[in-house]
Amino acid sequence: MLRTNLTHVLSEQEHANLLQENENVMICCGRMGPMCIPVYESMEELENEYKHVKFADMEFDIPDARVIRNLPECRSFQGLPFVVYYKNGKVVKATSSIQSKEQITEILDEHFGKN
Amino acid sequence: MQNHYDVIVIGGGAAGLTAGIYLSRAKVNTLILNEGAIGGQMVLTHEIANYPGIESISGYELARNMKSQAQKFGCTIKSNLKITEMDLNSDTKKVVVNNKDVYTAYAVIIATGGKSRTIGVPGEEEFKGKGISYCATCDGDFFQDKEIIVVGGGNSALEEAVSLTKYASKVTIVHQFDHFQAFEHYVDEAKKNPKINFIMESKIVEFIGDEKLTKVRIEHQRTHEITEMNIDGVFIFIGYVPNTEKLEGIVELNDWKEIVVDKNLATNIPGVFAAGDSIAKRYRQVTTAVADGTIAALSAAEYVNNLKKELVLVTAN
Repeated sequence: MLRTNLTHVLSEQEHANLLQENENVMICCGRMGPMCIPVYESMEELENEYKHVKFADMEFDIPDARVIRNLPECRSFQGLPFVVYYKNGKVVKATSSIQSKEQITEILDEHFGKN
Repeated sequence: MQNHYDVIVIGGGAAGLTAGIYLSRAKVNTLILNEGAIGGQMVLTHEIANYPGIESISGYELARNMKSQAQKFGCTIKSNLKITEMDLNSDTKKVVVNNKDVYTAYAVIIATGGKSRTIGVPGEEEFKGKGISYCATCDGDFFQDKEIIVVGGGNSALEEAVSLTKYASKVTIVHQFDHFQAFEHYVDEAKKNPKINFIMESKIVEFIGDEKLTKVRIEHQRTHEITEMNIDGVFIFIGYVPNTEKLEGIVELNDWKEIVVDKNLATNIPGVFAAGDSIAKRYRQVTTAVADGTIAALSAAEYVNNLKKELVLVTAN
């Protein structure tokens, strides 16, 4: 399990439930590495501001993370973390490698609306 | 919301957090303002094995421990914000951040650290995470049995090139000079590795691809001849630059944009100190940043105490 204060997605079923129960979802799929940690930290801070978005993480190396790894939107990705934004269960944006809080905020505002 | 502090520390890496620990423990009211994630360059290190007293720890763990230690002593930490304005010349220093909050203090410690240098050529931003990486331990396994380039000629480049041969079928080191800056044992290890070959006196001038990176254009530095090379990935390790863009014209910088300090880590402005990777110095390690943070904190505390005494005398008279 990743050492963050975010909601942890541990299985394909939990992933499906999360998308079913929440309109706006951001999942960061990574490891506890230097490119991933800053993204988790930004998400932890944004969680308080964007109450209409569900923020979660998923460990990249567990078999069930194929729900993220095998997404067509992530086909060309070769850098951790894979970050996927869902609206009503559909992928609206996906990014590869480190992103700043500013870049994440821009995506949240564009696809889910300002807090 | 409290906006006035005794000391504001700008930067939350090893130097900034150490300053926060020392100042807060000495009951100096301290705020750390940090533009990125807490930990700075320290969190980019998977394993730190030469921090005295700790046999092995990840950079992330060490940063987290330092942060919680500073907070335990009462230090306020605000991260992931942007500093938009600074007035450091008056007795009361002023720092404005992007949400328009204004913070003031008697002294400021600049510990803004450094960041990975990028090549700055077309395609670099576009293919970040899609073939271009700055972290071998993070992304190496995406290049199993693939052909990759490592850019750079320092210790990190040579060491990571060798480590990437665990995954890649072939590693080509592209370096702009005819010799390496890395220690000899790193160079020797790379040279005797059968998977590694070298393109010297050359620079990548363009990254090309579709959904992901597929090739690069490489220019020879003397002949200016340009060749194209098909490639699956490029790892860039060309050193660090100090985060001092916002300080130009505010504090004295040298030709390399590093902050000029004296032995007490004071800058040219009274009450403004600097520590860590952003100052002019030769060795940049977590341990040297921690030492800088300590010195800057003690110097700032002394400055604040003297200033407060002067203010009391002025008021009494």
